[in-house]
Amino acid sequence: MSTLSDNTSDGIRSDTLAAAVAQAARTRRYGSWYVAEHRFRVMRSYAQTVLFTAIGSPLVYLYAMGVGLASLVDGNLGDDAVNVVSYLSFLAPALLASSAIAVASEEFTYPIMLGFKWNPTFFGMNASSIQPGQIINGIVISVAARMLLTCAIFFVFMLVFGAVPRPLGFVAVLVALLTGLAFGALVMAYTATLKDDTGQLAMVQRFVILPMTLFSGTFFPLDVLPPYLQWIGWISPLWHGTELSRVFAYGMPEPIWLSLVHVLYLAALLAVGWICARRLTADRLNK
Amino acid sequence: MPEPVIATQNLVKSYPVKNASDFVAVDGISFEVAPGESFGLLGPNGAGKSTTMRMIGAVSTRTSGDLAVLGLDPNRYGPEIRSQLGVVPQENNLDMELKVRENLLVYGRYFGLPRARVARRADELLEFAQLADKASAKVDDLSGGMKRRLTIARALINDPRILLLDEPTTGLDPQARHILWDRLFRLKEQGTTLLLTTHYMDEAEQLCDRLVVVDKGRIMAEGSPADLIRRYSSREVLEVRFGSTQNAEVAGRIEGYGERVDVLPDRILVYSDSGENELERMTAAGLHPITSLVRRSSLEDVFLRLTGRNLIE
Repeated sequence: MSTLSDNTSDGIRSDTLAAAVAQAARTRRYGSWYVAEHRFRVMRSYAQTVLFTAIGSPLVYLYAMGVGLASLVDGNLGDDAVNVVSYLSFLAPALLASSAIAVASEEFTYPIMLGFKWNPTFFGMNASSIQPGQIINGIVISVAARMLLTCAIFFVFMLVFGAVPRPLGFVAVLVALLTGLAFGALVMAYTATLKDDTGQLAMVQRFVILPMTLFSGTFFPLDVLPPYLQWIGWISPLWHGTELSRVFAYGMPEPIWLSLVHVLYLAALLAVGWICARRLTADRLNK
Repeated sequence: MPEPVIATQNLVKSYPVKNASDFVAVDGISFEVAPGESFGLLGPNGAGKSTTMRMIGAVSTRTSGDLAVLGLDPNRYGPEIRSQLGVVPQENNLDMELKVRENLLVYGRYFGLPRARVARRADELLEFAQLADKASAKVDDLSGGMKRRLTIARALINDPRILLLDEPTTGLDPQARHILWDRLFRLKEQGTTLLLTTHYMDEAEQLCDRLVVVDKGRIMAEGSPADLIRRYSSREVLEVRFGSTQNAEVAGRIEGYGERVDVLPDRILVYSDSGENELERMTAAGLHPITSLVRRSSLEDVFLRLTGRNLIE
């Protein structure tokens, strides 16, 4: 009896093993994509919202801030208001990164809570050949796709508004993606620890995302803030993402090492969040 | 016995508890299930049935003991084992954001099956689950019985060798239960191995070739339903009620009736080969119960005998 596991010398068992290994091989390899496929199908049920926010928010924000507020700023400070560019050019890359954060704050919160608790589909996935880490990978893949679409549409509007002076500006879309995912992975890991939502997710929205948007050099450069508030920007993925976007969008002057720090910091957050989310999910599904 | 598809030996699952000794949910369970067999875990809520199922389903790591599913160790071959299983969980985890048929489509993909094959299989299974006309309905609009049938259909999408059913009919009305049993019977006839947990003895009697009675994480008895009834009960049971205040008093006067007498708060059970005879004897002795019922012995009686408690409390 003690040898009943892994006893593959027995003909019947090695047959079973071979069949099982063959059947599970594809899932071991592509399981994350299958989960993403599932998520895409779910997203299709709210595709209108996805498209509406992707098209509506750049329109609203670029008009209100980039045109409306900008006329005030530029009117007072001149066409080279901030960083020697127009306020619109200064602001647009930040709004782009913020739009990625907005997608992250939607897709990495309630859908995670849903999958663990309210409509525990993660347990269903886990009962198939899918592994817990693949569930998280699949979600990241699907959210990345929605985020890329949202940012790409946003970028098109930036072009239309004439907010991208440099040809290399499109790289800002990828920076926004990295920013959104870096922040989102952390939020996802946090959400995976919640047994119940008694308002925590709304608190994240109000006390993390909103202040982060306000103090990340989005609407004004970080260095106009008093020094004791600047740390918020330094730890904020949005500030790192925004600064890097500006480098690509209009050539904001910045030492190369700082640009590297932005990339590394965001990549590190993404890795930490992703790994934590995978571990937490594995623990939670393997009861 | 042919090569078992499930073999457990001294299976233990315990959970750490803060400032206390571990909570032992499964406490040394051993049994084997043969291919094509329909095997049940019967016991009250909290007996450790679902925990056992999760370990066999390769989604819960055992604390100690041996476990082989299709000859494979779940610790090492989780996805491989799960590729051969169909799982019907106690808690509904269908995707409410998708339509009925879509639930089958996405699930089939989880086993790496090609889209065309999954689509074909989904249509067959909707027929089997009597849900073909609900294919494009929202899951939320299905009745409880339909949701459970859809979950069973989903569990069959990969043509599993073993179907695990955790409390398959809990919470369903009698008609829905019978429809479900009928579907499970068909699977059994087709040679699918069924492993199910239940706290309904009638379900166990209907569906199980063999079962173990589980209580507090341990196996109390093992055998076929008929075998267990023969061993632990009598052919018939006479149930009499004298009113809650009288039962205890009457009990003293009928000691020695039948093979055994059990006094419950609300009624007295007399185990005997002929319930009618016992009732006549009672009446002759001048005892007139308010209600009396002679019935065949059931697994409920077996459980009561083994544990001194009712299955559903």
